[in-house]
Amino acid sequence: MHLRIREHPIIDFSGREKISFYFNGEKIVGYKGDSIASAIHASGVKRLSESLKGRHRGFFCGIGKCSSCLMTVNGIPNIRTCIAPLQEDINVETQSKSVPWPKVDYDAWEDGLNIEVDILVVGAGPAGLSASIEAAKQGATVLLVDENPRVGGQLIKQTHKFFGSKHEKAGIRGVDIAKDLEREARDHSNIKILLESTVFGVYEDPSYNGFTFGVMKRENYKSRLVKVHCKEVIISVGAMENMLLFPGNDLPGVYGAGGVQTLMNVYGVKPGNKVLMVGAGNVGLIVSYQLLQAGVDVDRVVEAAPIIGGYHVHAAKLRRFGVPIYTSHSIKEVYGNDCVEGAFVVELDENWQPIEGSEENVECDTVCLAVGLTPSTRLLEQLHVEMADIPEAGGRVAIHDEYMETSVRGVYVSGDSSGIEEASTAMIEGKISGISAALALGYNRDAEELRKEYIERLEKLRAGPFGEKPRIAKRKILEEWRRYHGRL
Amino acid sequence: MGGYEETGVLSLDDLLNIPSEKQLEKGVAISECIQNIPCNPCVDACSVDAISMKDINSPPVVDYDRCTACGNCVAVCPGLALFIVKIKEDKAWITLPYEFLPIPEKNDTVDALDREGNIVGEGKIIRVRKQNSTWIITVEVDRSLAMIVRNIRCRR
Repeated sequence: MHLRIREHPIIDFSGREKISFYFNGEKIVGYKGDSIASAIHASGVKRLSESLKGRHRGFFCGIGKCSSCLMTVNGIPNIRTCIAPLQEDINVETQSKSVPWPKVDYDAWEDGLNIEVDILVVGAGPAGLSASIEAAKQGATVLLVDENPRVGGQLIKQTHKFFGSKHEKAGIRGVDIAKDLEREARDHSNIKILLESTVFGVYEDPSYNGFTFGVMKRENYKSRLVKVHCKEVIISVGAMENMLLFPGNDLPGVYGAGGVQTLMNVYGVKPGNKVLMVGAGNVGLIVSYQLLQAGVDVDRVVEAAPIIGGYHVHAAKLRRFGVPIYTSHSIKEVYGNDCVEGAFVVELDENWQPIEGSEENVECDTVCLAVGLTPSTRLLEQLHVEMADIPEAGGRVAIHDEYMETSVRGVYVSGDSSGIEEASTAMIEGKISGISAALALGYNRDAEELRKEYIERLEKLRAGPFGEKPRIAKRKILEEWRRYHGRL
Repeated sequence: MGGYEETGVLSLDDLLNIPSEKQLEKGVAISECIQNIPCNPCVDACSVDAISMKDINSPPVVDYDRCTACGNCVAVCPGLALFIVKIKEDKAWITLPYEFLPIPEKNDTVDALDREGNIVGEGKIIRVRKQNSTWIITVEVDRSLAMIVRNIRCRR
């Protein structure tokens, strides 16, 4: 198990119970709390799946969004192994394109479960947790659904202390904020939490005056249907890491920086031993530092822009350990047989074009991509919410008003799925969406005053130069919203 | 070489204000947080109101006469950008946040590193404590390195 983190300065990975399981017929050992993919990766195996053309596929996003890790578990194909919890004695097999379709398990359909609540919150990250807590505090009943076995979204891998003000728990590590929010949500009798569950579709149910959602609840790698009736829904499903185009970008060992953060800080597994980081925004800088904390060598950070995009303080933390940051540099290609063996980086001119002869070979076993995120919006599209392409928001997003309500009454959005930003603002947006949803249903303890305060706080956090992009994004979204309502 | 936005490394000219020799002898917090980022826990953490900010997006300004070098700000700063510097005769004591293993022990000899990770001298560990789930290390270096050393590396 040579990619396990033995000791870590922030997280205690000791004392976990060992679990053995079978990978392609061979018995290997992981730990309780591992995902299937993290346990396999820890044993040094980086090839998890195969593309339709038979190319190797490895881990990429680590949070169930990219499908790069589909494997067959106990005979059931297409299991997203990065979010499937490891269990004793399971049989995990690498699958190829000719994998048979899964067998229909009619019991799962007949044995359906029905839940009726005021508000369905999809996604239990900083936005969804905050939304649920605020809505419940006003008196609404909430069902909080998440695909992962744990709540907290991406907070559970944020070992660094948060920025912002004391209201957003500044100075506290993200992992500890996740615990606080989880405690608060679990302690509230109005909140029911459904984990390892995917909200996959919206339906018309003539017998119910409200929204009807289909939810797939996973148990022991099998799925079971849950029908949810709700009056309102808050979509806070986060975002997905962007890919970058270059030869070799699909070799196992090319990972999303956030995926690597999950692997290290949630499961205690190193992505490799030497990393090339692509992108010097906050994610690239923070994950590079956390790689060092996990005992992984970071060769360098390359950034295509002429200046470092992330906070200087994050860059300084990295530089103090001797890691160089090359601005106006990018990755040209990755090479390797079965997985990454190295990469060529290249200097860019003022027009962002590669300078001939500037190629440099970087020997590494891992390339981390920290080149932005794209909002996850599929459920919103299914709900026929009006969308707009807003580059500053990270792509296609649901237009919404300052109360986070979309063009469809009763459908709210918050966090990265409403436009890419960061966790502190996601928590405030979540609060606003939760309060707005509760208020629309008539639950109003102190909702109006609180919402006003949250909106002011959000504006303050976005007021500086680093808030310019989300500020523009939200302004454009609001303009689109007004234009849309003018049309109606 | 370009400025800190290109390199990630500050020069002393980038700092908002530099304490006097007398203030350094008393011991003061030095802020290397110079950008307009939305963050202010250091202001709340200061027990003597020595850190001020125009608004949450302004960089912190330390009132060196008021600062008691208690180190509360060092433990809370999410950017790990606050340090305590105190000059004692021909030595300088630098207090910094440290998030790596192994954690040094008192009297250990360590490498003293500058803002680029270069070894610029030797340090002796004076004090090790934990506050706000962060190890806070005080290292003694040569006085000439007071405004240069910002990191350590254990030799063990």
